[in-house]
Amino acid sequence: MSEIVLSAEAPTAEAIESAWRRVQLARHPQRPRTLDLIALIFDDFAELHGDRSFRDDPAIVGGPALLEGRPVMVIGHQKGKDTESNISRNFGSPYPEGFRKAQRLMRLADKLGIPLVTFLDTAGAFPGPAAEERGQAEAIASSIKLMTGLQVPIVVVIIGEGGSGGALAIGVGDEVLALENATYSVISPEGCAAILWRAPESAPTAAAAMRMTAADQLELGVIDGVIEEPGEGAHADHAGTAAAVKQAILGTLGRITRLDTEALLTTRYARLRGIGLVRETEVASPQLPQEPSLRRRIGRLLRLPGVPRRPRWSEIWPSGEDADANEEGA
Amino acid sequence: MQIKLPFSRRREVTPETWTVCPSCESQIFNRQLERNLRVCPTCGHHFRMGIGQRIELMLDDGSFVEHDAGLDSGDPLGFHDQKPYVDRLEAARIKTGLREAAVWGIGSIEGQRVAIGLFDFHFMGGSMGSVVGEKLARCFEAALVERIPAIVVSASGGARMQEGTLSLLQLAKTTAPLVRLDAAGIPFISILTDPTTGGVLASFASLGDVILAEPKALIGFAGARVASGTVGEELPEGFQSAESLLEHGFVDDIVPRSELRPTLSRLLRLLPVAAADDGLQTTGDTRGWGPIGVLSGMAERFGTAVSETIGIEVEQPPADGSGPASRRPREDER
Repeated sequence: MSEIVLSAEAPTAEAIESAWRRVQLARHPQRPRTLDLIALIFDDFAELHGDRSFRDDPAIVGGPALLEGRPVMVIGHQKGKDTESNISRNFGSPYPEGFRKAQRLMRLADKLGIPLVTFLDTAGAFPGPAAEERGQAEAIASSIKLMTGLQVPIVVVIIGEGGSGGALAIGVGDEVLALENATYSVISPEGCAAILWRAPESAPTAAAAMRMTAADQLELGVIDGVIEEPGEGAHADHAGTAAAVKQAILGTLGRITRLDTEALLTTRYARLRGIGLVRETEVASPQLPQEPSLRRRIGRLLRLPGVPRRPRWSEIWPSGEDADANEEGA
Repeated sequence: MQIKLPFSRRREVTPETWTVCPSCESQIFNRQLERNLRVCPTCGHHFRMGIGQRIELMLDDGSFVEHDAGLDSGDPLGFHDQKPYVDRLEAARIKTGLREAAVWGIGSIEGQRVAIGLFDFHFMGGSMGSVVGEKLARCFEAALVERIPAIVVSASGGARMQEGTLSLLQLAKTTAPLVRLDAAGIPFISILTDPTTGGVLASFASLGDVILAEPKALIGFAGARVASGTVGEELPEGFQSAESLLEHGFVDDIVPRSELRPTLSRLLRLLPVAAADDGLQTTGDTRGWGPIGVLSGMAERFGTAVSETIGIEVEQPPADGSGPASRRPREDER
């Protein structure tokens, strides 16, 4: 990642308004969803259901499809169109069985050696007792792990909301693309505002601070490309959007299917390993390893002057007070 | 049982000399608490433990050597909420004596070398940003290179919001090396302590070959506040406790602090690092229970097709009329 360090200032009113407009477009009720795009992009698609363990989660859809006559596996989050379908699809927030269905389809793609295309569009994985009981965290973690080692090319397209772990669970790829008005964030702006600003109404400010728009994500090196939306935005032109997405997927697949499996996995690993801002400094560990010296050992045993006692780790890094409530993670 | 909320300040007065147990409300002298591994002598409540004490609890005396101590976080987003991120980092450094929320190094447990990563919840809620993710990835990679087991002790609220999606992607950065550990036959033991939630639980922490938890530790995907806010329903008591995870099959065992070191030592002996596959094992004599052993056994049964596929040579059984699929008789059958 290139070193992008901005001065830490509160986002300007302009930045807040612009970020919030994108968030609202990403959540637009008329925005094309995964199944809309699948119908417009692929020649054929057979939806497969169920995780073979518990239930079929309609918040994630997937199955084999033909892209310009070539087989691919497609998986995506699925939000509803209206209140009724949104309730049945849980507003696109998967339960663990949704991620396990996705894993099952990924393994099938791996077995058959066909590329994987995923569409991200979720506010996040569903929280709540039932999801916890069935291992929401484990489902996300094992899904991420499976994708990092999958031996077929993976193209990820963020088509709406890329909400946290629920998005990343089907969002590890060789190339990650996003529609112009899509967003990608570690926590919802509402959640971030509630924790860091202690005021949910600060969501627009949080959205700007997290730099969650597609353009920002490209600059941060989290995604590899932005797909322009036609006219007013994806919600106004499904066919135009689908055509742009199809072209982008074909372009990316053309590049990454040329790599052999080893090169593919090495590049994917390097891509993930390189994400983030890390500074190497010369600061040494507070307790350095010491050469075993007889003088020092005897000196310490007899507490001779001039032989300082080596500090204990518990003195260097003591057990402290609790963290501030507004510094928790997501 | 009294429910602890993970992120609210505990209603405990902490004068200089004694601490009130939030679980049984008994008063414990601080010195007694430290001597008792920060476990309440009355009710067994496990207080949170810093990295220093954890090292002394788990590792052989003087064996721990920290690696990558100089890794420092930057401010990739220029993040500013009520306070700039850089100020929060500086405050946390002063408060804890740590440079980041996690530390990694190499040490030994009853003579067995391990690569170990440890979290401190007191540094910004143990949250995982770029540097924490980098340290853990390097910890796993060191385990891979040195062929020693990896252990991580988690205590974290999740991904660090102040680094945005760069924190989110640390879930993948810390998980990717685990695929390589699997291929190399190196065990990874994940230890979940109070609290382990969010992105840390939704990545490497849930992926241990063995997962241990401390008693009554709060472990869950969504913080209780997030869950109750989103779901809008009363949450059942203890639904994110270590005990609940054990019941539902997501942790292997609950281990009290005093048992942790002997338990780990035992597990390390029971789950040895697989013999290195250096490409020199070409005869059937080296077959064991490892994946290569199983594959070469298959190759023997199914002939050369498999052995060519997996790139190892196998002694062909003598032709005895039943074709190449015939099994070599065992010693006792001859």
